[in-house]
Amino acid sequence: MLLQQFINGLTLGSVYALIALGYTMVYGILELINFAHGEIYMLGAYLGIIILGFLTAIGLTAYSLPLSIFIMLALTVLFCSSYGFTIEKIAYKPLRNAQRLSPLISAIGVSIFLQNYVMLTQGATDKVFPQVFGSAGFELFSTRITYLQAAIITTSGVMMAMLHVFVMKTKTGKAMRSVAQDKLMASLVGIDIDRVISITFILGSGLAAVAGIMVAMYYGLVNYSIGYSAGIKAFTAAVLGGIGSIPGAMLGGIVLGILESFGSSYISSEYKDAYAFIMLILILLVKPEGLLGKRGEEKI
Amino acid sequence: MTILKGKRSLLMMTLVIPLWLSFLFLPFKGIRAAGILFVVMAAAIPLSKLAADLIGRIRSPFPDLRRFVPEGARLNFLLLIPALLIPLFGQDYITDVAILSGIYIILALGLNVVVGFTGLLNLGFVAFYAIGAYCYALLNTKAGIGFWSAMPLSVVLTTAAGFLLAVPALRLKGDYLALVTLGFGEIVRLVLNNWDTFTNGPNGISGIAPPFLAGTPIGRLSWFYYLVLIFVIINAFVMKRVRSSKTGRAWMAIREDEIAASAMGINTLMYKLYACAFGAFWAGLAGTLFAAKMRFVSPESFTFMESVFILCMVIIGGIGSIGGVVVGALVLVFLPEVLREVQMYRMLALGCGLVFLMVFRPQGLFGGRNASSSR
Repeated sequence: MLLQQFINGLTLGSVYALIALGYTMVYGILELINFAHGEIYMLGAYLGIIILGFLTAIGLTAYSLPLSIFIMLALTVLFCSSYGFTIEKIAYKPLRNAQRLSPLISAIGVSIFLQNYVMLTQGATDKVFPQVFGSAGFELFSTRITYLQAAIITTSGVMMAMLHVFVMKTKTGKAMRSVAQDKLMASLVGIDIDRVISITFILGSGLAAVAGIMVAMYYGLVNYSIGYSAGIKAFTAAVLGGIGSIPGAMLGGIVLGILESFGSSYISSEYKDAYAFIMLILILLVKPEGLLGKRGEEKI
Repeated sequence: MTILKGKRSLLMMTLVIPLWLSFLFLPFKGIRAAGILFVVMAAAIPLSKLAADLIGRIRSPFPDLRRFVPEGARLNFLLLIPALLIPLFGQDYITDVAILSGIYIILALGLNVVVGFTGLLNLGFVAFYAIGAYCYALLNTKAGIGFWSAMPLSVVLTTAAGFLLAVPALRLKGDYLALVTLGFGEIVRLVLNNWDTFTNGPNGISGIAPPFLAGTPIGRLSWFYYLVLIFVIINAFVMKRVRSSKTGRAWMAIREDEIAASAMGINTLMYKLYACAFGAFWAGLAGTLFAAKMRFVSPESFTFMESVFILCMVIIGGIGSIGGVVVGALVLVFLPEVLREVQMYRMLALGCGLVFLMVFRPQGLFGGRNASSSR
């Protein structure tokens, strides 16, 4: 029972971690709470359904299921990254030097727009994600793990590892870190800030897209309003780990997922959504820099 | 005057941007809709750019509306006369919407104290509205207390809630403060939704008594309208006086530069606490009026979107400007009613409008140099 809840929490938590990475990367570079990030995750879930439906219609799923899942993932990531890129160009880039409140309001605007955009084009009712994995699974230490859960945990782990390598080892990753530290200095040494910010949004949105597909598969149902609560939870995860810190976001997501899973099975499932908020408030009040974050100095 | 900057920008506007946006739209509605979108945008984007360039001096699509608004007292009378006449000429439906907009004006002006005057972003303001509404609902249905005795109680309780949240939350700044308030708003809603024995859960509380005046219930809409109007006038008057008082100036000093303000001897924490409590005070009043008007409350009325909606009222009109906030509230309540035909698209338009407003006119339609940044 304990281990079962742990696995459930780990599954959910690794998804939160993937979304949280997008928040933390954007916040690290722009100091902006990208309110629309949760909607990218929702778009990912919808695009997964749409593309899989299309592939079924042309008969590819019947021919080869792994291939069509791969194509679905690739296309969804492509589309979501494009959305992230476009949103940044339209709604955030013109506001880069504006007052602090403006980009946040703009982000809320984008979030409202995307929710209603999906509601109008795809309908307000729940959409069903085809059960490609079924409920098959295996037993480990007398705990049942479905293949889907295993796939979610592995995929998230691999993606986080890849992101870590990208940020720490590649030249672009180095540029990202330097922009996060000091934008002006970075631009003085010849880093194209606009390009780095675009890449950040593309990467974050791609991760959110994968998270969206995986959650859609896990729950089987998708609704246009799922982005908001997932976004808030992922943001909580990012703050918990220390906003701006990439390992922090991973840790925060997993901790939050496990906490939520234990909370809803041992305390009360009615307040399932409240745990994240209570957690958020407690961290901000007690340790605003998070588990792995560094305490920032206030600039005058 | 260059109308278009060469061939490259023309190509961007007629081909690249529309093609890109249609590509993004493609999976959601199919190839035909995407094609239509492409044609529409390929025509609309260059045309609107051309129009904007031709007008030339007006750089933003949102003109400075203050030029058309008379200053000071005259404005109040101009707004008041039609406001007094609404129930005489309008149908019940219009009076109904007017009552709602009055309640929203009180709410938005309350939030304006926190966001506009003091520069603290609050994303969970609806929590205080909910507390006010539920206080009256519970006091009335469980204890049988009437409107006039319950109102002070629920307002005091809401003010206390505002104060109590502010004490720990004000240690944080900027976005973090916004998030704590958001979390608070959601927790209040979840508690109202799940505490079945006390709040009756998602079903809400019905059978709330209307206010009594001289022993008779105010059942007629027009009477209730005048009741709300009186509170709106009191509210706007108090706001105007407070803004130019010592407290109001201290708030605005904090908004402009907190460190400088504290260097000038302002107890910034104290004044921020006042602002939060004062804002919550009006939210409590609005909540009480709402519960008395609807005679029914449920957690559904107090979602995060409602907080955003109130925030939009403050921002659209112009952060910090009292007249602007009133107009913002009127626009956001009446516009959806006018646009009932295209109701499906109104939230879409609201989202778009917010983004464009921030990009082209971040200080709001009526905002001037008084309402500057809130960091």
